[in-house]
Amino acid sequence: MTEHTNQGSQPPSSQADHERVTESVGGSIAMRSDEVLDWPRRIHRFFHANPTAAPAIVLIAAVLAFSLIAGERFLTPFNLSLVLQQVTIIGALGVAQTLIIMTMGIDLSVGAIMVLSSVVMGRLAVDFGLPPSMALVLGLVCGAACGAINGTLVTRIKLPPFIVTLGTWNIFFSLNLWYSNSQTIRSQDIESIAPLLQWAGNSFTLFGARITFGSLMMIALVGLVWYALNWTAWGRHVYATGDDKDAAELAGIRTQRVLMSVYIVAGVICGLAAWLMIGRIGSVSPQVGTMSNLDSITAVVIGGTSLFGGRGSIVGTLIGALVVGIFRNGLALAGVDVLWQEFTVGLLILVAVGIDQWIRRASA
Amino acid sequence: MSQQTPVLQAKGLIKRFGRVTALDGADFELYPGEVLAVIGDNGAGKSSLIKALSGALVPDAGEIRMNGELVQFKNPMHARSLGIETVYQTLAVSPALGIADNLFLGRELRKPGILGSVFRMLDKAEMRRQATEQLSQLGLLTIQNINQAVETLSGGQRQGVAVARSAAFGSQVVILDEPTAALGVKESRRVLNLIRDVRDRGLPVVLISHNMPHVFEVADRIHIHRLGKRAAVITPDSHSMADAVGIMTGAVEVDAA
Repeated sequence: MTEHTNQGSQPPSSQADHERVTESVGGSIAMRSDEVLDWPRRIHRFFHANPTAAPAIVLIAAVLAFSLIAGERFLTPFNLSLVLQQVTIIGALGVAQTLIIMTMGIDLSVGAIMVLSSVVMGRLAVDFGLPPSMALVLGLVCGAACGAINGTLVTRIKLPPFIVTLGTWNIFFSLNLWYSNSQTIRSQDIESIAPLLQWAGNSFTLFGARITFGSLMMIALVGLVWYALNWTAWGRHVYATGDDKDAAELAGIRTQRVLMSVYIVAGVICGLAAWLMIGRIGSVSPQVGTMSNLDSITAVVIGGTSLFGGRGSIVGTLIGALVVGIFRNGLALAGVDVLWQEFTVGLLILVAVGIDQWIRRASA
Repeated sequence: MSQQTPVLQAKGLIKRFGRVTALDGADFELYPGEVLAVIGDNGAGKSSLIKALSGALVPDAGEIRMNGELVQFKNPMHARSLGIETVYQTLAVSPALGIADNLFLGRELRKPGILGSVFRMLDKAEMRRQATEQLSQLGLLTIQNINQAVETLSGGQRQGVAVARSAAFGSQVVILDEPTAALGVKESRRVLNLIRDVRDRGLPVVLISHNMPHVFEVADRIHIHRLGKRAAVITPDSHSMADAVGIMTGAVEVDAA
């Protein structure tokens, strides 16, 4: 009501608006958003309303910067498609992680679920001779079951998600070592017995860019989850549950069910990521990708999703994964040591969280 | 007024938590078209009473009737499906969601046809339209952006959104729990006007409040709760605020109504 008006930047029409509003206020609660704002506040409001704007700007700036630094080797369709391949698995895991973080949780077990699911797929198809399609489905079921275990511990036993997934991370990883006998299933074996499992590794070339089916599947996954979050009641309920669980409960949302569904969906997505991973590396290894839980959290955070729940977007996570990929790739091409790549990613995380804190202050 | 059938009625409600008796044979009547205020000291059991009436708490004994018919609320959703809407003081809305999203939270509308039935697609345009209509009916107009996040609104505006939601979906009763407790003078005034608007649209309102001037300004009758039961029902005309406080604290004895 009593916003500070900045005479200098006042648009011509605001005087009339102001009178209209003053008239209509009398006695009722007038809601309006047409105060004349100064620039910092306008910027704040813009970022507040568009959570993907900040990471998108960083992505564009990074591409421009590395085009100048690393030159022609960086800005080629082939190199950029390589970056997309490199972020495919983290992108998919990031989608699962975003759903969990959106509900004010965190999932340390996504990487372990992925590896366990990939071992299940590989063992069932190669060692037990199940039809590849059935092995694939059972791998996804394994992911769903792992998610259901996490979800049950969070919603029924009411343990904090961090602790639950710290525990199940270790458990799933041990199961994975046990079930695989700590042995890698060779790429040639999968290729001859269950080529379906490597399907995501197939690619085609477009204007010099080498695009894998896996990358497209990851992007399709982002699109699908984006739709579910923004255009279905389930998505609204996920946001509301993460935003303020008690308020959502009082509004009639069965928040425990929503949480449970989120953990199961995240588990299935980890199973999909397992398929993408087999496509990318060809073989099934119980040792690979177990640290990707932290990389997925990095992508989510840089993508502008708040660790405090209720705020964020799937598209932001894809952008966050791409930002990390672009930085790693660009710095490597510029001849920078790997340790400074990690250093830069660390800086990016801190900056992203700092920006999130600022944006979260609703009425700054 | 007492010849009418109460919209919502309770008789002899009892609720114990271990050794604490929160409701000790509480009675309650809400008649059509009135604003009934419920006041009482802290710990008098008024929130237990309200929870029992909104389905959030199942009493150990006693009966609840709606329009004369016996009902047993299993949970808040059940009470809501029967037309009882409750607005809670602090937990009224989901801050990061927009106004329209909040109005329809938990009962979203889907698009007609295959988009809605198979793809579960929300009908955002229709929800926006209905939300705008609802808010303008209650005089909460001049919203520029119905998708504006609720956290960018003032406390009174948020309360307004919550009341609008209850008025839109409550077909029988609207229960407001301390709607003005966190608000300034000006915003409180607007919420009080809003309460009258809701009543004038034919919905009876139960108002729980600590604020005596607000209660005396807007209520038609005042239910005074003390020691887990109804101590008296007065009207702003029959008694003064000092009388009400006296009854609340037990300093003044009255025959139970």
